[in-house]
Amino acid sequence: MEREQIEMDVVIVGAGPSGLSAAIRLRQLAREWGRDDLSVCVLEKGPEVGAHILSGAVIDPRSLDELIPDWRDRGAPLQTPAVADHFLLLREHGSLRLPTPHSLRNDGHYVGSLGNLCRWLGEQAEALGVDIYPGFAASELLYGDHGAVRGVATADTGLQPDGTPGPRYEPGVELLAGHTLLAEGCRGSLSQQVIAGYELDRDADPQTYGIGIKEVWEVDEAAHRPGTVVHTAGWPLDTRTYGGGFLYHFGERKVSVGFVIGLDYTNPHLSPYQEMQRFKTHPAIRSHIEGGRRLSYGARALVEGGVQSCPKLEFPGGMLVGDAAGLLNVGRIKGTHTAMKSGILAADTLFERLGGESDQAMATGLDQALVDSWVWSELQRARNIRPAFARWGLWGGMAYAAVDTYLFGGRAPWTLSQRADHDRLQRQSDAKPIEYPVPDGKLTFPLLSSVHLSNTNHDENQPCHLQLRDPDAPIRVNLAEFGAPETVYCPAGVYEIVDGDEGPRLHINAANCVHCKTCDIKDPTQNIQWRVPQGGDGPIYSEM
Amino acid sequence: MKVLVGVKRVIDYNVNIRVKADGTGVETENVRMSANPFDEIAMEEAVRMKEAGICSELLAVTVGDEGSQEVLRTALAMGADRAIRINVEVSPQPLNVAALLAAVAREEAVDLVLLGKQAIDDDANQTGQMTAALLGWPQGTFASELIVDDGRVRVAREIDGGQQTIELELPAVVTADLRLNEPRFVKLPAMMKAKKRPIEERTPEALGVDMRPRVERIKVTEPVPRKAGVLVADVDELLDKLRNEAGVI
Repeated sequence: MEREQIEMDVVIVGAGPSGLSAAIRLRQLAREWGRDDLSVCVLEKGPEVGAHILSGAVIDPRSLDELIPDWRDRGAPLQTPAVADHFLLLREHGSLRLPTPHSLRNDGHYVGSLGNLCRWLGEQAEALGVDIYPGFAASELLYGDHGAVRGVATADTGLQPDGTPGPRYEPGVELLAGHTLLAEGCRGSLSQQVIAGYELDRDADPQTYGIGIKEVWEVDEAAHRPGTVVHTAGWPLDTRTYGGGFLYHFGERKVSVGFVIGLDYTNPHLSPYQEMQRFKTHPAIRSHIEGGRRLSYGARALVEGGVQSCPKLEFPGGMLVGDAAGLLNVGRIKGTHTAMKSGILAADTLFERLGGESDQAMATGLDQALVDSWVWSELQRARNIRPAFARWGLWGGMAYAAVDTYLFGGRAPWTLSQRADHDRLQRQSDAKPIEYPVPDGKLTFPLLSSVHLSNTNHDENQPCHLQLRDPDAPIRVNLAEFGAPETVYCPAGVYEIVDGDEGPRLHINAANCVHCKTCDIKDPTQNIQWRVPQGGDGPIYSEM
Repeated sequence: MKVLVGVKRVIDYNVNIRVKADGTGVETENVRMSANPFDEIAMEEAVRMKEAGICSELLAVTVGDEGSQEVLRTALAMGADRAIRINVEVSPQPLNVAALLAAVAREEAVDLVLLGKQAIDDDANQTGQMTAALLGWPQGTFASELIVDDGRVRVAREIDGGQQTIELELPAVVTADLRLNEPRFVKLPAMMKAKKRPIEERTPEALGVDMRPRVERIKVTEPVPRKAGVLVADVDELLDKLRNEAGVI
């Protein structure tokens, strides 16, 4: 069946902070310069804007100030100023309060939900004439003459598990655009294709990642301290594993609590989910949420590679923005402000290309604009911190970070390189088994009851969106050598080894998937390919 | 034939329902809302009637605040010809909704009112029946099959232990059960067009409907969590537990 074609000026994939910022800026410029006919369309795979957004989040409003200076008057949902920063080194029995590193100071920042901020940004964008279509997943890149990207196609719907059209089959639609912005967030499925296809990472180190797992709790008024920000290092991780916890009080009696682990961890027995559960039992964390009610759960991979790992943002016919381009500042554990700024810069660049005038000189292209912006100098200053932890562990990393930050001011005359995460796992036989405590049902919970709180859902009657390049590798390599790490790291219980008539086999519960992309990143042989399922499927996060 | 389909905006069926701490209701702030699934089935059936040439005009109606427009956009994208939102700020009760739907049905001279059998939020299962009563029209509830022929509609009803087929004279009210059909996916181009179409607005005052609530909600509580199961060693222990702990035998 032939696909319908729709032509527009700019198509943006992903209604997160970078995509929505680009859309808003484009329409602001269009209005300002009398180009009201400029059509900007945003596709979002989640069932609504914000449904697939997960972040801490302590947000630096720098880019929001630039994009929508009167955001406070317009009721943006950033209503809890960060008032107290705590940086704790956790040990199994006790904790030590350390001086808060400069990068983790949050004066002037806001604690909130990035999902809610995106919902609000979505409203602002629509009011400016942006067309946002949640529930429609961009699943395919379209190419025009000379190999340039010419837009995207949305996923077919109503395909049966074997890939053939079912009774409700509807072919996808081709959205043709002069410019395609990929704002898919960390490890976007189309972003990965353009990075590989146009070798955008030719001069870059491999990208590195972390997995963040988060819960939102509702606590008693008496226990709620709005604006309190806690970051931790140390326990429950060993000193060789990069990661740490966070706990933020915000809004109406809400507390975000979560844990991030670098995906360069080596022990295949390590379960990010269980580490997160264990983290909550530490007295310094427990005291904040005990007696409260857990409202939601989710997980998402994040980029940690920094400038060394940034691909080129521009490719023929389009641009990468935000975390799809790897712009998170891992030292500050923040990426919203850089993501938004990259969206703004992309819009400025595009608008000029579209023949519009603008007061920004952007003729040099997005990559140069980014290098000339504060985003680049901020990421430059932080560039050696994360790889130092990877090389020298917690103590060496902290010592190095102090030297790099306070002695060199982030301008050390060297750059530490990054290594890919997927080949870092030890063989199962060489790794120390980890025993995790049994959940108590009050503070810690079994995995599936957590997944339930992500509200995730997938139409069971569709092709599996988690594709294996080699169907035998899960048993031959993953199970035999690493003890099936996908069954351990997946924070949604998607992967299971089951005994069949012909021996063990990998069973994929794709319906559980929370779209975190960790399997696409961490699989030892890069055998798992995460593709978009039918639009509207996946988690439904609120206030994440 | 003119068909009216009622669509209610409810908390999405995938979302965990949370009771507000003060017990006055369930949390709806920042919670994903979507069309009541049974109403989508009703809408699909009406769209199929339109495609078959049985329905000449398809009217989608919702009762709610401005946020409810979203479900009407979906209805327009599925194939509704017109969309009407009856503007209310406070969530109305089934009798209020029935009175509003009846008023629109009269005003628009529709031949068939097609509703979901119940909304998944309050599970009241009253609106269809009350609408029929207020209009004085025959009703066919829990429909799993619907055939319109020569001014009559034959409805296969899902009833306890089987199926019942009834025939109603039009105009009539029919409510859709789960097995009536499987709603189509909304197409992106249709959604794009639906965004640009007008949504008509009415008010209870203009329709002459008394919106006073008749039922007072006293308290909302969460269901008691299920206790974890236990493994018993043998039949004797099972019998003992059934007799002495559960007290069921």
